[in-house]
Amino acid sequence: MKILVPVKRVPDPELKANIKDGKLDLSGAQWVVNTFDEYAVEAALRLTENADEGSRDGEVVVVTIGPDDAAVQLRSCLAMGADRAIHVASEDANLDSLLVAKTLKAVYDEEKPDMVLLGKQAVDGDTNQVGQMLAALLNLPQATFAASIELADDGKACVVSREVDAGVEFKKLPLPAVVTVDLRIVSPTSITNGITPESHEYADGPRYASLKGIMKAKKKPMDNKTMADLGVSGSPVVKELEVTLPEARAAGQIVESVEELVKKLSEEAKAL
Amino acid sequence: MDFSLNDEQELIRQTARDFAQRELAPKAAARDLSGEFPVAELKALAELGLMGVNVPEAFGGAEAGAMAFSVVMQELAKADASVAVTVSVTNMVAELISAFGTEEQKKKHVSKLTSGEAVCGAFALSEPQAGSDPAAMKTTATKVDGGWKLKGNKQWISHGDKAGVIVVWALTNKDAGTRGISAFLVEGGAPGLAVISAEHKMGLRGSTTVQLGFDDVFVGEDAMLGTEGMGFRLAMAALDGGRIGISSQALGVAAAALEVSLAYANEREQFGQPIIRHQAIANKLADMATKLEASKLLTERAAWMKDQKIPFSKEASMAKVFTTEKACEICDEAIQIHGGNGYTQDFPLERFYRDVRVTRIYEGTSEIQRIVIARQLIKEASN
Repeated sequence: MKILVPVKRVPDPELKANIKDGKLDLSGAQWVVNTFDEYAVEAALRLTENADEGSRDGEVVVVTIGPDDAAVQLRSCLAMGADRAIHVASEDANLDSLLVAKTLKAVYDEEKPDMVLLGKQAVDGDTNQVGQMLAALLNLPQATFAASIELADDGKACVVSREVDAGVEFKKLPLPAVVTVDLRIVSPTSITNGITPESHEYADGPRYASLKGIMKAKKKPMDNKTMADLGVSGSPVVKELEVTLPEARAAGQIVESVEELVKKLSEEAKAL
Repeated sequence: MDFSLNDEQELIRQTARDFAQRELAPKAAARDLSGEFPVAELKALAELGLMGVNVPEAFGGAEAGAMAFSVVMQELAKADASVAVTVSVTNMVAELISAFGTEEQKKKHVSKLTSGEAVCGAFALSEPQAGSDPAAMKTTATKVDGGWKLKGNKQWISHGDKAGVIVVWALTNKDAGTRGISAFLVEGGAPGLAVISAEHKMGLRGSTTVQLGFDDVFVGEDAMLGTEGMGFRLAMAALDGGRIGISSQALGVAAAALEVSLAYANEREQFGQPIIRHQAIANKLADMATKLEASKLLTERAAWMKDQKIPFSKEASMAKVFTTEKACEICDEAIQIHGGNGYTQDFPLERFYRDVRVTRIYEGTSEIQRIVIARQLIKEASN
């Protein structure tokens, strides 16, 4: 089982976003792996290991498209346990979802993985497009917002559960396929790979990179490529015009009684 | 000059920070009240490799260096200074045995410390009458058939009641001064080893501090660390590194105090505006941030020198005395900024203040650090 995990670096979502002259000011940004992509790395590692014995059974290749210092985020994924990394050089400003998807298609064509596993969206742009576009370009089956993944038919297919408004939807996909993950993919029993005993319970959340993993990651292979190497060219079709903060929410009101609440809802908020 | 962390150090910082904020911070205040010792958390820290940051890979360490160790200590102490001190001492003991132990000793003890099997390591040097002056110790090691018998009491032993491995200093020759002191490796629970009393401390209440009694504790020939009479030198070497750990611990607590104070000063309004807009408060924050940065530079330079294998004893003492004193000032001002709130348990400041105070005392008092620095200055001047 070989899994390709595209990851994106994003400004640390726990820090305040600064806006200067209608643009995000990223000069002092601290970069981290996009949360949902980190979940995808965790899911890929769980799919390719025997957790009870601590052994690997498969290959996880992480890929990012970004500037030189995005290599740190790839190292972070290698430190978690991914086997190797591909770094496609590009400046963030020269990219949009479609160009990223086209680049990933070129990487897919070279790597021929059994599955592409990625976050449902990046927590900076929040476009939620790359997985779907990639599946379309590759003409592969896709399952988005995966809450669990179970390998089936001797690894020739997978069953993905998705939380939808009416309940949980199960999709069976022949492999290779594109799967994007939601936050529940890192719950203790969300992955079934036929190798790790089903009774095994993971700690909730993505694993920490251990110090040993971090030191080992230094020696793991990282391929450096350009978009030209992959035969991808073009410029973004999506342009960023202006970045603004949403308007501050007005203060709430405390009402004395249900009657007053109903009156306010109907007369002031016109919601009834 | 480059003041930035390299990629590995940055990733190690992120692991320490994420673990500390997710697993340690939420229960730090509760542990301060209950005094519960965080065994599960320490095991998890060992699994991540944080009990042997600067220890060779062959014995389960990460071999990541002294700078990485400083960064780890800062991040852990931001969340829980009690856990941080246990990690600091355990790393110090693991490093000491790695540096001076025989292959057998390293296999037997260091691996247990780095894997978490030993829970933690303890450093038993001080005695009721031998604190800043360890050469005044009374504990003896008497040669017997097949090994040594240890007799005496050790005081202020951090988590000495929880440790699987304890380094114990004892006199092997009462007439030889500091050259009569030797170090021994004793396993927790050894026959004759007893916990005499536990201290009720002002802070660091999530870690234990005990007096240990050695009543003819027998250890084999192979339990001596280094050679006979080498103990004092080993202790001083270990403490140089330990001082970087404690300096980093104080840095972490002070950084947390500043962070909480900045957020509070931005939100708390008096006289119609956030108090950070009042110059009296803004100046306090400016001073706190400046003291913190200066302390960080001193501490990280000492760590950097250690990594470069340059003698760093003076610099470690400078870092320790300056950082711990500034950290106490920062935590004090943090309470002042919070006013009455800072004096209550609704905010973490009073815990920070109590926790950080001991950093000026243990691992060599501020007064002893100044002696170490002055002696170096005298030595340099006479060269």
